[in-house]
Amino acid sequence: MSRLWRASPLTYFALIAATVLSIFPIYWMFVVASRSSDAMGQLPPPVTPGGNLGANIARLFANTDAYFLTGLINSAIVATTVTISVVLFSSLAGFAFAKLRFRGSNALLMVIIATMMVPTQLGVIPLYMLMTKFNLNDRLPAVILPALVTGFGVFMMRQYAGQAVSTELIEAARVDGCGTARIYWNVVVPALRPAAAVLGLLTFMTTWNDFLWPYAVLNDPENPTVQLSLRALSDGYYQDMSQVFTGTAIATLPLLLVFVVFGRQIIGGIMEGAVKA
Amino acid sequence: MALQLNARPPAAPAPRTSRPDRSGWLSRIDAKYSPYLYIAPFFLVFAIFGAWPLAYTFWVSLHDWDLLGTDPTFIGADNYTQLLADSDFWHSVVNTLGIFLISTVPQLLLALWLANLLNRHLRFRTGWRMAVLIPNVTSTAAVAIVFGVLFGREFGMVNWLLDLVGVDGIEWKSNRFASWVAISAMVDWRWTGYNALIFLAAMQAIPRDMYEAAAIDGANRARQFWSITVPLLKPTIIFCVIISTIGGLQLFTEPRLFHSGTNAIRGGPMRESQTLTMYMFENAFAPYYNFGYGSAVAWLLFALIAIVAAINVLIIRRLGAGARPQLGGRKGDSR
Repeated sequence: MSRLWRASPLTYFALIAATVLSIFPIYWMFVVASRSSDAMGQLPPPVTPGGNLGANIARLFANTDAYFLTGLINSAIVATTVTISVVLFSSLAGFAFAKLRFRGSNALLMVIIATMMVPTQLGVIPLYMLMTKFNLNDRLPAVILPALVTGFGVFMMRQYAGQAVSTELIEAARVDGCGTARIYWNVVVPALRPAAAVLGLLTFMTTWNDFLWPYAVLNDPENPTVQLSLRALSDGYYQDMSQVFTGTAIATLPLLLVFVVFGRQIIGGIMEGAVKA
Repeated sequence: MALQLNARPPAAPAPRTSRPDRSGWLSRIDAKYSPYLYIAPFFLVFAIFGAWPLAYTFWVSLHDWDLLGTDPTFIGADNYTQLLADSDFWHSVVNTLGIFLISTVPQLLLALWLANLLNRHLRFRTGWRMAVLIPNVTSTAAVAIVFGVLFGREFGMVNWLLDLVGVDGIEWKSNRFASWVAISAMVDWRWTGYNALIFLAAMQAIPRDMYEAAAIDGANRARQFWSITVPLLKPTIIFCVIISTIGGLQLFTEPRLFHSGTNAIRGGPMRESQTLTMYMFENAFAPYYNFGYGSAVAWLLFALIAIVAAINVLIIRRLGAGARPQLGGRKGDSR
């Protein structure tokens, strides 16, 4: 048994190589972010951090082409709002699909699964027209509204609720006179907490990372998300690469922090979701 | 299921009769209709921001419709016939398929191999898993910018490394095929570990005594991998292929930010790596604001995704069919 599954030194060597390849671009991003702007013209390229990070950050935040601070704040607002909304509505719908009987539930669930297969960018043009009509172009609600619910979230919560929420407990609560709203709050929410955490993390990261739709709908350079700030930085006529890399590093930092703290849950969530897919 | 039916005593209806009538009536209404309340937010938001735009894209694509949209005229399939004769459109189709192919195939093979490594008895198990997933939790825009620099012509690290082994500098941004390779590299960097974890989860569901039986029969590791692991992973492989197809054919952020400056949305001066989504953007938004034409591109993109996904599934079904009989009666116990 154990001989078949033992990891050889070669296994570890391959894993170390994979780890180095995984981490290097991120590490190097921080290296350049901490150096002066002539680092980019050096051969061999520098691979150790320098002492310029503070100066680069100061220049980045003073750069009037990027509106980097506004971008950070906007992204934080968008990602937080969307996360709360997706987790709340997904847990409600997931509970209903997993534990309540109602006419048409199977067909409606199929609709939700089908929505996961359709590329979002198909609707980008009408969405843009819609936002123009509502006068929301260049404003944050235009980014937030379409992201308030996801089929993936509902599906994930439904799968989890199916096994984590005990049917006996729900029936007992009903017998005691609980309405479904109280059952949701007192029985379902506590049971769904681990899955809600994973869904929240994944949603926050996806939303923070989103580029395509904000790029389409936020055209005012003074009101970007952080990813749009990065685009403005990297498209600039004169490229101060250490400043650009300071920007990419700061934009990546929240995601890395989330991953360092909650990595175990995120990995568990991905593997869990896959088993059921 | 059967067990539950037997175990539950028929006690449930009893308390209801002892309750006051009104509350029973209310709770019946509650049980019958409140589920719709819970799923309503999803369907409401989806109807407005998901389903309606989807259908409306098609309607717009049948019109000559620009930014002002004051008087869109119905032109039927004209946008589509024009597109099918548009060489820039076909150019972007080829780019998209090319980048998709040279990124997805190595990505999934590498992921299978990586999952196989991670499926051993390892020290620091969680650490390795986190390490391979790290690329997936970075900002796509940031990564595209960083890779754009790594693949620079003059001072890019990749060309510098190639120079060390005696290969001349490659024009990563202005050579069409080279730019596909560079963009594929960043896609693979981001997604290989993610797919590896999905494969790993499926591998762990395979009963280990199957491998022991195979080992006793004299099958070596490679043989076990191709005759046991891969066939049993087929549903997961199909899942990953479809997800990669949907993602790969929609590629936008990476190629868009790989290039900078005035030609960025065209994927370089000669449209070296302009994907279909970029072509849709170029036409629908700045500089042309031709909503009708852009919408037609969007629908053809959708058609392309459906076609490629169907072809993928067919191919994988075929491939798997040959290996199946070797498993005999054992395959039933895992998924």
